[in-house]
Amino acid sequence: MNETYVAQLERVTKRYGPVMALDAVTLRVRAGEVVAVLGPNGAGKTTAVSTLLGLLRPDEGAASLFGTSPDDVAAKVRVGAMLQISGVPPTLTVREHLESFAAYYPRPLRVDDAIAIAGLEQVARRPYGKLSGGQKQRLHFALAMIGDPDLLFLDEPTTGLDVESRRDFWRQVRSFIGDGRTVVLTTHYLEEADALADRIVLLDEGRLIAEGTPAEIKARTAGKVVRAVTSLDPARLAALPGVNRVELVGAATELLTTDAEETVRELLAADRGLTGLEVTGASLEEAFLAITGGRHEAAAAYTEGVPA
Amino acid sequence: MTSATITAQTAAARPRRNVLRLVLTETKFEFLKLLRLPVYSVATLAFPLMFYLLFGSFYGNLEAQGVLASRYMVATFGAAGVLSAALFSFGVGVASERGQGWMRLKRVSPMPPIAYFLAKIGMALLFGALVVVVITAAAFLMHGVRIALLDWLSLLGVLLLGVLPFGALGLAIGYLFGPNSAPVVLNLLYMPMAFASGLWMPITVLPPVVQSVAPYLPTYHYAQLALGTVGATPLGDATRHALVLAGFAAVFLVVAVAAYKRDEGKTYG
Repeated sequence: MNETYVAQLERVTKRYGPVMALDAVTLRVRAGEVVAVLGPNGAGKTTAVSTLLGLLRPDEGAASLFGTSPDDVAAKVRVGAMLQISGVPPTLTVREHLESFAAYYPRPLRVDDAIAIAGLEQVARRPYGKLSGGQKQRLHFALAMIGDPDLLFLDEPTTGLDVESRRDFWRQVRSFIGDGRTVVLTTHYLEEADALADRIVLLDEGRLIAEGTPAEIKARTAGKVVRAVTSLDPARLAALPGVNRVELVGAATELLTTDAEETVRELLAADRGLTGLEVTGASLEEAFLAITGGRHEAAAAYTEGVPA
Repeated sequence: MTSATITAQTAAARPRRNVLRLVLTETKFEFLKLLRLPVYSVATLAFPLMFYLLFGSFYGNLEAQGVLASRYMVATFGAAGVLSAALFSFGVGVASERGQGWMRLKRVSPMPPIAYFLAKIGMALLFGALVVVVITAAAFLMHGVRIALLDWLSLLGVLLLGVLPFGALGLAIGYLFGPNSAPVVLNLLYMPMAFASGLWMPITVLPPVVQSVAPYLPTYHYAQLALGTVGATPLGDATRHALVLAGFAAVFLVVAVAAYKRDEGKTYG
């Protein structure tokens, strides 16, 4: 295993009966990178993280952390993880949970600092069972941070949070990972990957289907969105050069196109009365649809910005 | 943070974890966690005391195995208390923590797995000792039962040894059953075992058929060992009781380890 990678999956395959959860997936994470593993439910994201953490054994291939086995204590003391768990014992307080986890690490954060980072000062003495959903999630984050990890795993950290709590959470994560930490994030929110990650890995049905910076992922579609208020009917619009999707958005129409210039030229020629013309880069949602070919109902939900 | 400070920190010896302190911290939180859970703490601490007071007032002046029942019941309700502390803390704790994924978080952490079990043992010992102290005090205050210090210490020692077999049994149940069924299974084991072994009422007043079943139960041998320390005439040889109890402990441990392995295997997929 190569020590230049902080976390590494080498051609890892994992099956659950007939289901291929991971199919020869290679993922290499360098120090200081924030990598988002993005994909619909069942894509294999959590399997990938569980394999990296040593909770699952790959059927084929190998996983390593810091060039050593994920089970190695030398690796474990450098890792923090926020997993998808339903909860921790309800009768212990925020502070007590953090104190108990702090004892596992050789050089933990001060409990007070962890409480401040997670914004839990007001509820530090409150039992876990009496916290709100957002506060529980923040404690899970603080538990992941308490060991002052070099490598942080966030497995769908904001699932179930409302939009505002989600944005708050991103702010906290960003301020904390600023100082050179490596992060592996799984999410099915494209907005989350875009907000936090340097690099996005798209996973679909256990296969790695695309990889790149958020900008590169968008560029892969070579697509633009042309928006205008037009009197042309959708069938006519779909026939314009480069257009592969037509969508009505209020009074306006949006065209997803691979050749914005040609589309606009023909559009202006065909509709003299056209107003409100706008051309923008395709969003990650649209990029995802283009790359997966819009095969999934789950993927379709992304255009609405809701979790699948 | 500048690169200079990072270098300085890396160069300094990485502080080692103090494993003993880790286990003590873990035990403390394990104890607080359950103390604040009335379902557990009331069942463990208050029920044996309540039953002692209740049955003590009915049968306290009867004689059983050569001593007054008020004295006899210090040993048997102490046994019932430790039994329930060990069974339920291991069984319900493990089952529900597996369900919550709390275990997964701990397995990902660098916590040595043994610390989890040592903390549970420590916590059951603490609860067990509390039960024995409370019942001893009640026996003295209500019935004037006096137990010599050395006798009491050997009673405490014998009772606390029960954490091993019954903790192992609880552990096995915790790994074999889910968070909802484990408490039911534990009660189905605890209540008949406690009753038939004379933990609630002296075994000598139980129907003959129950008395004939009792020797097949680990709790019967446990109770007889405890009774020996408070001056009761034991039914049968103490060494034999100890050996039978040790045998049960070994079997429960084997089942618990197998169940633990099976559970780990399941999580490993």
